[in-house]
Amino acid sequence: MTTANQTAVPLLEMRNVKKDFFGNQVLTDINLKLNAGEVLGLVGENGAGKTTLMKILFGMDEIRETGGYGGEILLNGEKVSFSSPFDALAKGIGMVHQEFSLIPGFTATENILLNREPKRHSVVAEVFGERFNKLDRGAMKQQAEAAIDKMGVYIDGEMTISQMPVGHKQFTEIARELSKDQLKLLILDEPTAVLTEHEAIALLDSIRGMASRGIAVIFITHRLQEILSVCDRVAVMRDGCLVQDVNAKETSVQEITRWMVGRTVAGTEASHREIREGKVIMSIRRLWVDMPGETVRDVNLDVFEGEILGIGGLAGQGKLGIPNGVMGLYEAGGKVLFQGKEIALNAPRRCLDASLAFVSEDRRGVGLLLDESLEWNIAFPAMQIQNKFLKNYLGGLVKWRDEKAIREVTEKYIDELAIRCTSSRQNAKELSGGNQQKVCLAKAFALEPQFLFVSEPTRGIDVGAKALVLNALKKFNQESGVTIVMISSELEELRQVCDRIAIVSGGKIAGILPATDSSEDFGMLMVSQVK
Amino acid sequence: MSVKTVPAKGAGKSIGSFLAGNSVPIMFILICAVCIPVSGFSFTYLLNEIMSRLGRNAFLILSLLIPIMAGMGLNFGMTLGAMAGEIALIFVSDWQIWGIPGMVLAMIISVPFSVLLGLFCGKILNMAKGREMITSYIISFFINGVYQLIVLYMMGPIIPISHSSIKLPRGYGIRNTVSLLNMRQSLDNAVSFRIAGVKIPVITLLIIVCMCLLIIWFRRTKLGQDMRAVGQDMQVAKDAGIDVERTRIISIVISTVLAGLGMIIYLQNMGNLSTYSSHSQVGMFCIAALLVGGASVDKASIGNVFLGVILFHTMFIVAPNAGTKITGDSMIGEYFRVFVSYGVITVALVMYETKKRRAKAGNGRQLQLEQEAIK
Repeated sequence: MTTANQTAVPLLEMRNVKKDFFGNQVLTDINLKLNAGEVLGLVGENGAGKTTLMKILFGMDEIRETGGYGGEILLNGEKVSFSSPFDALAKGIGMVHQEFSLIPGFTATENILLNREPKRHSVVAEVFGERFNKLDRGAMKQQAEAAIDKMGVYIDGEMTISQMPVGHKQFTEIARELSKDQLKLLILDEPTAVLTEHEAIALLDSIRGMASRGIAVIFITHRLQEILSVCDRVAVMRDGCLVQDVNAKETSVQEITRWMVGRTVAGTEASHREIREGKVIMSIRRLWVDMPGETVRDVNLDVFEGEILGIGGLAGQGKLGIPNGVMGLYEAGGKVLFQGKEIALNAPRRCLDASLAFVSEDRRGVGLLLDESLEWNIAFPAMQIQNKFLKNYLGGLVKWRDEKAIREVTEKYIDELAIRCTSSRQNAKELSGGNQQKVCLAKAFALEPQFLFVSEPTRGIDVGAKALVLNALKKFNQESGVTIVMISSELEELRQVCDRIAIVSGGKIAGILPATDSSEDFGMLMVSQVK
Repeated sequence: MSVKTVPAKGAGKSIGSFLAGNSVPIMFILICAVCIPVSGFSFTYLLNEIMSRLGRNAFLILSLLIPIMAGMGLNFGMTLGAMAGEIALIFVSDWQIWGIPGMVLAMIISVPFSVLLGLFCGKILNMAKGREMITSYIISFFINGVYQLIVLYMMGPIIPISHSSIKLPRGYGIRNTVSLLNMRQSLDNAVSFRIAGVKIPVITLLIIVCMCLLIIWFRRTKLGQDMRAVGQDMQVAKDAGIDVERTRIISIVISTVLAGLGMIIYLQNMGNLSTYSSHSQVGMFCIAALLVGGASVDKASIGNVFLGVILFHTMFIVAPNAGTKITGDSMIGEYFRVFVSYGVITVALVMYETKKRRAKAGNGRQLQLEQEAIK
């Protein structure tokens, strides 16, 4: 496994690969070369474009459905354009995805050879077709074992997937790719994320083994030590660009971290407010949340009254689980005290009654009534929870909506947040993403809460809207004295708005730093306990 | 983002979970144990009846297994196959071809109808993934309307029906009951002998055994493997290159064809055909019997079929008599069997959902335990 052999045609070459999702540029001019038997480590923050780049390479439907990509991909010097993952597989590209693609009730062997099972010919098949051939269990066992041998990590081929520990599921997936004879390039998308340390070491050995057999590997991970120990080269992506492509031997974890997170380190002004270590308004103790993909484990956190606390971290580490768990949207346990009183978990209404509000990251699913007008969207929670915007008749027996008050408040927020719409009666689904986000905020503001969770407020919205949303949050905090906890994947954004930033890693709080600390420090926290 | 699934540790095996997992069959064994002595039937009579009903019904219930394997749940699509079988029998009795040749001919005629109806049903169920049971139930109502149109109005003027014994007196349409007296139990009696007074219908049982072997063989074929894969996770199966939609349609077609054949076996044992109601009852009773045997929406075995037939029919036989003995009213037994059939289906559906929810809640508990372990 050397980087030599530069003169030969590389196994894979990407030339100026570009991709945008409806005008939102996510990849810009990616140029990358990979030789047979070479291991490339691909790193970058969430949203840097790693996964999108791999999806392009693998010919995923998603890419084609969103308008294809620009630039060229060459395999062995030939231009290729895959119209489906099956084409990519036929050309020898294998991919192990972050989500498992396994049949739970099948054994490892059955999964490894799924839809490629060796068959024993039978007479019935002559009449009714291929699929009436009997499976050749013996040959299946042999082939699966051969693949497991090739991988070099032992798993039991007869074990049912649903009974396996997570790590073995991951290895089953890898063995499936290895069982394909034509395999030349294997993409591993965060394979060690679910492995124990011991298993991860075994996997790294296995990657070296594959490379020595001439299989090229693209290894995506957040564990930088792994990259250094197994890869020949490291490619660092940031904001859709390939910012570095260096020999693994010539770099260090610190350097890679800096490339990953830093624009220039001094580039942005962090918020410079006195940190008020005042009264604790919310204290979270031993919180666990079962949110799929965002599991939270044993989180302890204190939030001070009047501050803006940021929660950052890589995707899948659990930062989204915290607000969703506290607000009762996913099953949670532990203790949450708000103003000294305990708040019942798993009961959203209790949280709302206690004057907490939540702007969900799931705008379309949780945040908005898509088929209703802006007026309704903004006034609805306040009406439901606090009996605002209602006129009482007969001593409160009959309640009527106060349409005039609803319109007034809606128009106030449309002005304040510069929501672009035709009128306050327009349906929420007709607005653009950024404007929908503003409606979500207005909805929470109308509740006049004492405490606000804002989850991924700028996800999928353009730069201009981003600034507006962030300013609105700041202003809301300053003018009404509302405590805000903001969860975001973008560190720079957190640093602009927040007083303190807690970084979540491996489901736990890895550390809390003032926003003025350097990006590198935050970067180190992010990857500190990645599981 | 990887979704971590926590393996269910220690679940299963213990007596408590055995009882919980098999609560429906156990309940029925208890009901039968109480009702058998009360009913006062002789043991020989009971065994005879059960044997006869086993031969009558088992084949039909076996037709339900393949769609369950393909993840399409308890499928009322079999009702469509039953209708195809009935139409074939009407033709055969019009042509006055009786006995085993008549049955064979009816089976051959039923197949194209079953296939067509199966294709139609499969196509529609592919548009309603995840809601197969209710959709197939409603389809069976819809096709029942088409069936009535054909049998009540078209048979006579458009489709030639000559024999007056099956035609309504008004000149077209089929009578409420078509007598199959000349075919009655011709298969059961072809080769049979008695052991201790119990008649063993050898050929019928042989056919059923063959059917079981066929299902076991089918599970081992590529198609069977694909169906199991599709049944467990459609997305994964699709990513592996399995044609999910086609596989699902094939499973329904196999089910309707088998149900058509099964219906003919069923009716030859009964000896008459209730033109307008046989098929709709048969679907519900078969599904109820399978559930009584311990099957669930996503899992059913051949063992469930036989246990179900025996328990369900034992209850059927003894309940009216036991009811009469206890309350002095014979209607109570009839009421009881219908009530129980619907009840069993409801309970099974609720249990299926509860089980799923409990598995989900298990994740949370696991997390909590892990956390406490650290402390």
